[in-house]
Amino acid sequence: MTHDRRTGGASTAPAIVVEGVEKIFNAGSADEVLAVEGINLAIQPGEFVSLIGPSGCGKSTLLRLVGDLLAPTRGTVSVFGKSAHQARLDQDYGMVFQHAGLFDWRRVAANIELPLELRGWSKADRTERSAQMLDLVKLPDFGRHYPRQLSGGMQQRVAIARALSFEPRLLLMDEPFGALDEMTREHMQLELLRIWRETGTTVVFVTHSISESAFLSNRVVVLSPRPGRIHSVVEVDLGDRDDDTREDPEYFAKETEIRETLRAVEDGA
Amino acid sequence: MMRWGRMLRVAATVLVAVGLLIGVWEGYKWMGGATDGTWPGTSIDLPTSTDDLTMPHAADIVGELFEEVRDGRNRLPMAVFLLKKAWFTLQEAAIGFSLGLAIGLGLAVLMLRWRVAERGLLPWINVSQTVPLIALAPIIVTWGRQQDLPDLLSISLIATYLTFFPVAVSALRGLQSPDPTHVELMRSYAAPWRTTLFKLRLPAARVYLFPALKIASTLSVVGAIVGEISIGTKTGLGRAILEFAQRYAVSPERLYASVVGAAVLGLTVFGLVALAERLTVTRTHGTVEEAR
Repeated sequence: MTHDRRTGGASTAPAIVVEGVEKIFNAGSADEVLAVEGINLAIQPGEFVSLIGPSGCGKSTLLRLVGDLLAPTRGTVSVFGKSAHQARLDQDYGMVFQHAGLFDWRRVAANIELPLELRGWSKADRTERSAQMLDLVKLPDFGRHYPRQLSGGMQQRVAIARALSFEPRLLLMDEPFGALDEMTREHMQLELLRIWRETGTTVVFVTHSISESAFLSNRVVVLSPRPGRIHSVVEVDLGDRDDDTREDPEYFAKETEIRETLRAVEDGA
Repeated sequence: MMRWGRMLRVAATVLVAVGLLIGVWEGYKWMGGATDGTWPGTSIDLPTSTDDLTMPHAADIVGELFEEVRDGRNRLPMAVFLLKKAWFTLQEAAIGFSLGLAIGLGLAVLMLRWRVAERGLLPWINVSQTVPLIALAPIIVTWGRQQDLPDLLSISLIATYLTFFPVAVSALRGLQSPDPTHVELMRSYAAPWRTTLFKLRLPAARVYLFPALKIASTLSVVGAIVGEISIGTKTGLGRAILEFAQRYAVSPERLYASVVGAAVLGLTVFGLVALAERLTVTRTHGTVEEAR
């Protein structure tokens, strides 16, 4: 099943290896900030890993270091056996942010096709793929709409479709459901898990929601407050999840475990 | 169908506005006549005298458009005469506007690409607009004539000088307007700078650019008219205004009629830009209920 994918054998090379990474913003000036330090983390292919921690702990920074949107001050990030920089140039990343970040002037289908356009796909291939992706995120009739005609949840699904359209090997998500209401969020979580199962992509997921991290992940990485360090890693083994999982005692137990870890982190333990 | 309804509404609005303007004009004139040039019930003088020389009747101004005037050896109705002159001025304005658009956009992209350029150029771009046009126009024309440039082009350059400024400032702001996550997204696609410019920054800048283009379009007409007046061309709307101004005491309606002509020209170019905006910037408002 899904959670077995990461334990597919010791021979599998990790998807992401973060070694001794430190990030200092505005190094050398008066407003210098040490955002994260001493980060060591390995993520297996097909794994779903959440980063959680108090606000300002550097979880988004860590995500951006993995995605080569930021360069580490110290340490190395390798992705699929190459540098994060090379992985970005090879367009291995799909990114989803808290706000859908669709281009207002492009129709929904054209938004999904943007990364394909940049890769030089033909018009026919792009149209076919964007139709497939709209089916995948359950918005088959909205290709001709403009983003602003869609609700927040629908826009976020388009953003996910855009990120998945070119079948990236790695999906980086920065609080993608943070701006959604509770009902929509739970719905989207199930959709994301379904898509993850169907595509087998590796996911790094930043969140500040304890229940979300427990519900979605194989592993939850708990970061300490600034400067962000990895405090502990909570293994979550809930099998295939559905709406019933939310009422599963095992799930509650994991949620409690993560919550207590976070409390310990905030108390400076 | 919607379109026609919309156009009718616009036409009605324009008619009502013109009607109101004429109403205020004639009402003020009538009041001045009735009170012998003072505010009713006081002895305070009205700011403007209301006699026919200072304020001709609206009907006379409109009527003047159909009176014949001399144009070289021909005699033409005033309206046709003004249209001919306006056509010349429109060409100057159009060239000036296009050049101003190109230069303004070019400067904005330059300033976007290199922050050094922004720091170095922006103050000069601001200073450029403090030089009075009346002083600048003869200089441009003198230089132009030395280079055997036709006066039409020299005047266009004067219009350019006025138009590039709002374009440069607003385009820079528009190019810088995309959300950081949009820029990060393009970065995650490993998109080169040029691709980000064409796929993200320029489309995003349109919302900022078009209001500035509307200002620039009317400025280009102002620039062309002032340019004509200050260098003394033989044709153009500016020339006509200058001539009618000199004969104001004899027939004030003519100057007013030519001012109406200039206003119509300004509104025309403004309308063209507004139309371009409508065609280019998609209007995408409204929401649909989340379908579950």
